[in-house]
Amino acid sequence: MSTIGTPAQPLFKPKEYASSQEVKWCPGCGDYAVMNAVQRAFSELGLKKEEVAIISGIGCSSRFPYYMDTYGFHTIHGRPAAVATGVKLANRDLRVWVMAGDGDSLAIGGNHFIHAVRRNVDMNFILFNNQIYGLTKGQYSPTTERGTVTKSSPFGTVENPFSVGELVLGAQGRFFARVPDTDVKLMAKVMVEAEKHQGLSVVEVLQNCVIFNDEVFDAITSKETRADNQLILEHGKPMRFGANNDKGIRLRGLELEVVTLGQNGITEADLLVHDATCASNVLHHLLAQMRLPDFPIAMGVIRSTAGPVFDADLAAQMKAEQERSKYASLDALFLSGNTFTIQPGTDKPDGTT
Amino acid sequence: MKPLEEMSGTMNGKEAMESVVIKFAGDSGDGMQLAGTLFTDTVAVHGKEIATFPDFPSEIRAPQGTVAGVSGFQVHFGSSGVHGPGDAPDVLVAMNPAALKSNLKDLRPACTIVVDRDSFGKRDLDKAGFATDPLEDGTLDGHQVLAAPITSMTKAAIADAGLDNKTADRCKNMFALGMVYRLFDQPMDQTIGFFQHKFKKSPSIAEANIRALKAGHNYVLTMEAVPATYTVQPAARTPGTYRNITGNQALAWGLMAGAKKAGKDLFLGSYPITPATDIMQELAKHKWAGVKVLQAEDEIAGICSAIGASFAGDVAVTTTSGPGMALKTEAIGLAVMTELPLVIVNVQRGGPSTGLPTKTEQSDLLQAVWGRNGESPVVVLAASTPAACFDRAVEAIKIATEHMTPVILLSESYVANGAEPWKVKALDELPAIHPPVLTQPDPAWTPYGRDPATLARKWVVPGTPALQHRIGGLEKDECTGCVSHDPQNHEAMVALRRQKVERVADFIPEQKFRGKGAKKLLVVGWGGQFGTLFGAVTELRSEGKDIAVTHFNHIHPLPRNTASIFAQFEQIVVCELNSGQFANYLRAVLPQFTYLQYNKVKGRPFKVSELKEKFNELLAQ
Ligand SMILES: Cc1ncc(C[n+]2csc(CCOP(=O)(O)OP(=O)(O)O)c2C)c(N)n1
Ligand code: SF4
Ligand SMILES: [Mg+2]
Repeated sequence: MSTIGTPAQPLFKPKEYASSQEVKWCPGCGDYAVMNAVQRAFSELGLKKEEVAIISGIGCSSRFPYYMDTYGFHTIHGRPAAVATGVKLANRDLRVWVMAGDGDSLAIGGNHFIHAVRRNVDMNFILFNNQIYGLTKGQYSPTTERGTVTKSSPFGTVENPFSVGELVLGAQGRFFARVPDTDVKLMAKVMVEAEKHQGLSVVEVLQNCVIFNDEVFDAITSKETRADNQLILEHGKPMRFGANNDKGIRLRGLELEVVTLGQNGITEADLLVHDATCASNVLHHLLAQMRLPDFPIAMGVIRSTAGPVFDADLAAQMKAEQERSKYASLDALFLSGNTFTIQPGTDKPDGTT
Repeated sequence: MKPLEEMSGTMNGKEAMESVVIKFAGDSGDGMQLAGTLFTDTVAVHGKEIATFPDFPSEIRAPQGTVAGVSGFQVHFGSSGVHGPGDAPDVLVAMNPAALKSNLKDLRPACTIVVDRDSFGKRDLDKAGFATDPLEDGTLDGHQVLAAPITSMTKAAIADAGLDNKTADRCKNMFALGMVYRLFDQPMDQTIGFFQHKFKKSPSIAEANIRALKAGHNYVLTMEAVPATYTVQPAARTPGTYRNITGNQALAWGLMAGAKKAGKDLFLGSYPITPATDIMQELAKHKWAGVKVLQAEDEIAGICSAIGASFAGDVAVTTTSGPGMALKTEAIGLAVMTELPLVIVNVQRGGPSTGLPTKTEQSDLLQAVWGRNGESPVVVLAASTPAACFDRAVEAIKIATEHMTPVILLSESYVANGAEPWKVKALDELPAIHPPVLTQPDPAWTPYGRDPATLARKWVVPGTPALQHRIGGLEKDECTGCVSHDPQNHEAMVALRRQKVERVADFIPEQKFRGKGAKKLLVVGWGGQFGTLFGAVTELRSEGKDIAVTHFNHIHPLPRNTASIFAQFEQIVVCELNSGQFANYLRAVLPQFTYLQYNKVKGRPFKVSELKEKFNELLAQ
């Protein structure tokens, strides 16, 4: 459905997408930055307020719709992907945005999440990954790093976390991006791309919960280390990063490798060039898998490939059926096939078919 | 059992009957459902009253030849007096010993039993658990047995049709059906036409089935000694065009008609579960009519996608059975809280848990009325017969959309799979449906502003300019629609949601009862047991008994005049297929009356005979 170009004159300034409701996230919560980025993206995309439906589950992050002057639905824990699928199927002209936490989308709602990805419904899924249950005050989530001490894991967790990107790719996802909540510009840019992409776009935000899981992403996002620890991907560009922009990623056999330009005769020509649109997702998997300390964390749009879109295909099927239907109306359907008629004044049936 | 020749003297000639019950029973691979359905279509098209009761085994393929694998299809047809599919067969077709065994205890005296003589070998008898051959050992004394070599005669009839043995074997059911057509003097053109059409591309299969059918017919015709042939006159009916319809099909069509009347697309979010799946499968055929069907990843996604579709302006429905209903509970609460129109269809089956998936029961009534967290009122309707599923579905959509509320529509296995003639309704005959949609900016509007008569809020769908708003499961302020934790406001909203549902009583028809002037005993029923309850009371009244019956389609809220009906009787007996759920509900909402109970929880419908016995007992007190 995305036929949006960047308008010459935005319809609304970013702040004009805010509702009149007082925002109640904790001061310093990463959710504020996500909202700023979303408002910037809406403004840049020139979205009308009434064409946007923001659907959320339950969690701190899921309060999002109340703060936006668009249509919004704060649903139940884990189910926003399912609700949003219904919204989109009812009205394909809507721009549907799902806002959900890591618990909401990967624990209680894990099933709906992977099926929404598999179906490739044309909507945007912003996954607020703070690696914790915020609203219920600090229990570990399906993305919490192994060994983390939380209120429900006083001795450290003994569970392996999901990697959001790998889950999305494993479910045949066609758009996956990762962004840190510290980079509003990058977030806004990625969200514009998510909206333009036709099909389900998953954007994982590494979101800091200042209260229950503060600084878990510090190594990735702090001023001092972020240049060395983030690889910001751009389609068609070589994968370079580092404080001096002298590091890069190259492919060695079936694995990635961090190399330094100028060392051992390495030049930019040795580096991988990012292809987000490549049909095979093998490299996207490798990029999504990169972990500190051996690798930087891949940010930006990791994968964006076109493919069959569920709601579009369903609409096309309905249109084709309307054109070739043998019934002109429901009345015609009800009278089709075997019927019999009782004439007034007789009790004998007459005629079949 | 007497040899047929000895009985022929007394049994020859045609017997005219008001109504007859036939049961086709065989192994689940024997094609009994098809034989029964084809027979039903024929008698329906020729103007009989009908009611059917398909009875499937739970396992798709239970061991062949065992009692667990028996599949049955009972059809009751006649010129009058067809209230439900009948207590016990007048004619039983048993394709093997297991089919005979599983029906033995239900046989009427002097039943006509058609069996396949070829399938009563030692091994067959062993598998069914018969120590001796019931055709020889006196088990069937008093019945009229027509033991035809169905398997071998079918093979002979189609020997040169060029079919392999297995395919040839599959035509046995048509031989048996041909025999039944002859016994009841019914034309076969309808069934022949069915095969010609269905197997247009494989004429040899069509030909084989038709030959088997004719061979069965001729077998009975040419037999010197036929136990009896029956004639049944067409039913006296209101003029009009009729078709044979199952409950699930009628329900699906009613949903389509309701959405059309509301001027909206129909959306179904559903997950397969017996006995509700047919509704989804039927609706999936009708994309041409603007029907959107999402086969969701589970029941929760089924209802949640429907809630999303309702928010965005479709007439939204989810269909399921008991276990799926349990999964939908939390989401129903969301629809209550957000006051969105939603129809939830529960085709009840035996429970709890997986229970009796293919058997009928009425045990989800209290779950429908009260089974949610918080004070969570919804409208509850129940369908009384297969054809009535159409009207209830239209009504469910009318109430849901006009009153902005979830509506639970209870069907049950017995109604869903049963069939009866439906007098086809034109869309013009159906009530108009006017959802309270708001499309123009209105300064006086608030998200929870209400219509003074119905208390319904407006349906403002995303895409509508200048009316953006947010809804959700958190309590909302009565005036502004913003999140509110205010204690006064919560109490007010709880009351408003309750009153909104109670006010639906102002918009539904008054409760009716049959039996003017009766005083002694009022029979109360609900949902799918209408036919038998009505039949039993009608028979007793014709015997001069002081008895009446009232049957509920509107469970919550109850029709306004319910108490005034109850007050006219000395005794009230509530009859239902559970341990007393409607009775307990009535005790809670109309505590001024005393309710006796008659309950059955066997996965089977009531029988007219057992009801009459119970009512006679109560009348004698
Ligand atoms: C059915 C149900 N189970 C449990 C809860 C309690 N609950 C609310 S939010 C939440 C987890 C929130 O974590 P997440 O989804 O990561 O969102 P965050 O608050 O971190 O943004 C839980 C367990 C609920 N509201 N509903
Ligand atoms: S608890 Fe954490 S996630 Fe929730 S609002 Fe506060 S900082 Fe944000
Ligand atoms: Mg979280």
